[in-house]
Amino acid sequence: MTETLPMAGATANVNLAGLSKNDYRGAPSTLCQGCGHNSISNQIIAALYEMNTVPEDVMKFSGIGCSSKSPTYFLNRTFGFNSLHGRMPSIATGALFGNAQMKGIGVSGDGDSASIGMGQFKHIMRRNVNMVYIVENNGVYGLTKGQFSATAEKGLQLKKQGENPYMPVDICMEALVSNATFVARSFAGNPKQVKEILKAALAHEGIAVLDIISPCVTFNNQENAFHSYAWGKDHEEPLHEISYIAPRSEIILEREMEEGEIREVDMHDGSTIILKNLEKGYDPTNRYEALRVMEEAQRNNWLVTGLLYINTTKPTLTSIYDLVETPLNRLTEADLRPARSAIDKVNALMF
Amino acid sequence: MNKIVNDFSITVGTKNGSGSSTANNTILRSIFKMGIPVSGKNLFPSNIQGLPTWYTIRVNKDGFIARQDTNDIVIAINPDSFGRDLASVTPGGAFFYSDDIKQPITRVDVSIYPMPIKSIVKNDPNVPNDFRDLVGNMVYVGVLAQMIGMDMDTILAALTFHFKGKQKPIDMNFNALKAGADWAKTNLEKKDPFYLEPMNKTDGLIMADGNTAAAIGSIFGGVQFAGWYPITPATSLAEGLNDFLPVLRKREDGKHTYAVVQAEDELAALGMAIGAGWAGLRAMTSTSGPGLSLMTEFAGLGYYAEVPVVIWDVQRIGPSTGLPTRTSQGDLSFTYFIGHGDSHSIILLPGDVGECFDFGWQSFDIAERVQTPVFVLSDLDMGMNQWMSKPFQYPEVPMDRGKILYEKDLEEIKGNWGRYLDKDGDGIPYRTLPGNKHPMSAYFTRGTGHDEYAKYTEDSGAYIRNMERLKVKYYKAAKYMPKPVFHPVKGATVGILAYGSTENAILEAQYQLGNEHGIKADFMRVRAIPFTEEVTNFLEKYDQIFIVEMNRDGQMHQILLTEYPQFAGKMKSVAHHDGLPASATWVREGILAKHKAEGGKPKAATKKKTAAKPKSSATAKKKK
Repeated sequence: MTETLPMAGATANVNLAGLSKNDYRGAPSTLCQGCGHNSISNQIIAALYEMNTVPEDVMKFSGIGCSSKSPTYFLNRTFGFNSLHGRMPSIATGALFGNAQMKGIGVSGDGDSASIGMGQFKHIMRRNVNMVYIVENNGVYGLTKGQFSATAEKGLQLKKQGENPYMPVDICMEALVSNATFVARSFAGNPKQVKEILKAALAHEGIAVLDIISPCVTFNNQENAFHSYAWGKDHEEPLHEISYIAPRSEIILEREMEEGEIREVDMHDGSTIILKNLEKGYDPTNRYEALRVMEEAQRNNWLVTGLLYINTTKPTLTSIYDLVETPLNRLTEADLRPARSAIDKVNALMF
Repeated sequence: MNKIVNDFSITVGTKNGSGSSTANNTILRSIFKMGIPVSGKNLFPSNIQGLPTWYTIRVNKDGFIARQDTNDIVIAINPDSFGRDLASVTPGGAFFYSDDIKQPITRVDVSIYPMPIKSIVKNDPNVPNDFRDLVGNMVYVGVLAQMIGMDMDTILAALTFHFKGKQKPIDMNFNALKAGADWAKTNLEKKDPFYLEPMNKTDGLIMADGNTAAAIGSIFGGVQFAGWYPITPATSLAEGLNDFLPVLRKREDGKHTYAVVQAEDELAALGMAIGAGWAGLRAMTSTSGPGLSLMTEFAGLGYYAEVPVVIWDVQRIGPSTGLPTRTSQGDLSFTYFIGHGDSHSIILLPGDVGECFDFGWQSFDIAERVQTPVFVLSDLDMGMNQWMSKPFQYPEVPMDRGKILYEKDLEEIKGNWGRYLDKDGDGIPYRTLPGNKHPMSAYFTRGTGHDEYAKYTEDSGAYIRNMERLKVKYYKAAKYMPKPVFHPVKGATVGILAYGSTENAILEAQYQLGNEHGIKADFMRVRAIPFTEEVTNFLEKYDQIFIVEMNRDGQMHQILLTEYPQFAGKMKSVAHHDGLPASATWVREGILAKHKAEGGKPKAATKKKTAAKPKSSATAKKKK
């Protein structure tokens, strides 16, 4: 029997879907105390609660690794598939055909996506599968106790491994060059930004990649390491302050911002993302600019966070297939088996 | 000279990529339309253009249409294989060759017919230069037609079918063919004994390849999702889905009830199909051995997570380069044990094109009923060659979607259910599908570490309970398997057990063993694993059972030894593997060798007549 039930009786805090935050929670986390992944799980719970999403309207996915364990720790009332190492994209791709009205939330890690699963990672980008693809990026393999991952920076020192001799893979750049339609980077130590980006990602129709630097408190949290809290806090360069405005709700606060500093992005569902640029007028719909900013950040050793790129004009995978209105997994024999008369037609087509 | 009517083989040696398949298919189809039992096998290299390739046709009035090892009529168009083609003609046979090949004719014991293919085509003003080689192939068809008596009307019907009624290519090819026939009529004198005469033994039958049949069968099974990656010889199965889905599942609103996705590799192909199967779709993939290797981890996950999915393996030789275009039954053991840890696979074993259609839809019913991956093992011979077949039969039973709980079901039981709970004692639990709005519907899917309620656990007791239930489920699933096909003979003392595309060869060998070697053998063709009780009874019945298959190690034999250790002493492996479709010769010789090795005494005296071909007009072996 599942552990969560709709909360009985009236509770003080329910959202517009009539659900309390408990309806979005999962089992207690078994990850390390202080792990960035737990903070991200909490923001997933908060984002969905605040967006009034019904948990049954979502499917959650993961591969293998510490990050991939985390879908157990949120959304108990949501169907989930903890698949194989590096193979979350293919499972999600097939599963989301089952009911194209549902949103996917996938949680992967840097080992799961940037090493063993790089092929599937790139291909789910170009197919524009309708899901949020979170990479909880800590530059290290945790469950196998502290090996370098493909996103670890060159020269990183780890206890048993010595020095990392290879150049890192940049998740956001890989996503962008593979034609992802939503690419963002954040830092687990900045929960407010994580939540707003998550909301924007959930509102996006198509693949939304969130590369969230999520320090490993056990194996990779030296102050000078790229994927550490201390480094992240010191080097984070937000492109903008990001706010998600739900459909039909009035935009009040942001109106006070000065013109020229604000960029609004309209989402398919009528919601809006508002970006308050901190320095120069960054345009997240410009792919060339996004690549330039990432290159610049890499050269200057900045952790650029925010919405790097968004394109709301590309069709999702299931819309390309022009499916019937009814979810495919609710179709019956009458929809699926050709009529008896068709067999003669088929036999006539043979010699 | 005595005429040999409707009982011979024709082999055409050409270059790969020279467009001879139209010509060869025309010969095959036209003989079929004359009512004579016939088969055609393409023996081709892994190459797009240039390497030697052969097409071998078996014509047999008694219905023995397995590949014949010997070549009665040989048509040599390829200078590169001319020498070995000439050497391969049986004594007394016929040899046709393109007369632009200037190589020594070293045989005096065969009838030699040079054909001026190039000059005939050159003199035809209607043939554009670019088409000369292609259309030239029709000249040899014309010469052959004239010499053995192929019917011009059936040839025209074959060409009309091939070119889908398009008059221009039909005319161009038919004219070249006629020119060849006319030339032969004037210039060649018949010296060989081979003749075709019309019969009525193919009435009501169709010709099709197994991959097309599998695709269409899957569509009648309501396929909703297919993930696939190109690989010979399975590619045409997925392409068949792309060809026929838009025709057979067309809707007035133009919307689609299915999706076929070409994946980035086989891992993703099965991953997508498992995702779709988990989400409640009738999902499949099609591949061959090397692809199946890549799918292994997912196949194991499908077994443990209990996800319905259908996996077609059109078997070939592999891995890597070498003989990827040659047929095989080499994936049986691998499929049976596929996956990490203890696992058992449900395997369906179609034996002909009609069964490729039947198992196309039945496999979905079994996968959803048993909630497990179902493997269908076809092979290159069945998958890619044109076979005579009974017409495809509409499924006579409604779809079996298995045990699924929807919102109203969950309301009735007040949400009290467990994804891996064996409520019915058959090892098969209930499942729910994403999109179910009931707040108790959802569960979290993993490989091994789960209890009856799909909760994460590493508890030993829960693990053991789950593994034991999976075993119960597997063996109890035998009742959903297609029964074996039984071919008895009177007074049989031994048994032959086989599976898949070898049936024609074994029926012929069974006949030869009985009539020429005094070995009366009943023949059972197994169509599924887990084995049904008919298999147990069959093994029990005889003192010797020959397990015949197209691989090196006797893989079915090994599985039977594991499942039936009590019969180990009397099961003899007859395994043979050369990449070519099965022939009666190796089946017969293999059984004779094992029979002798065991000191078995034939009941009747052995006749010394040519064993290769039954000349008796005994009743044709009818399939099923």
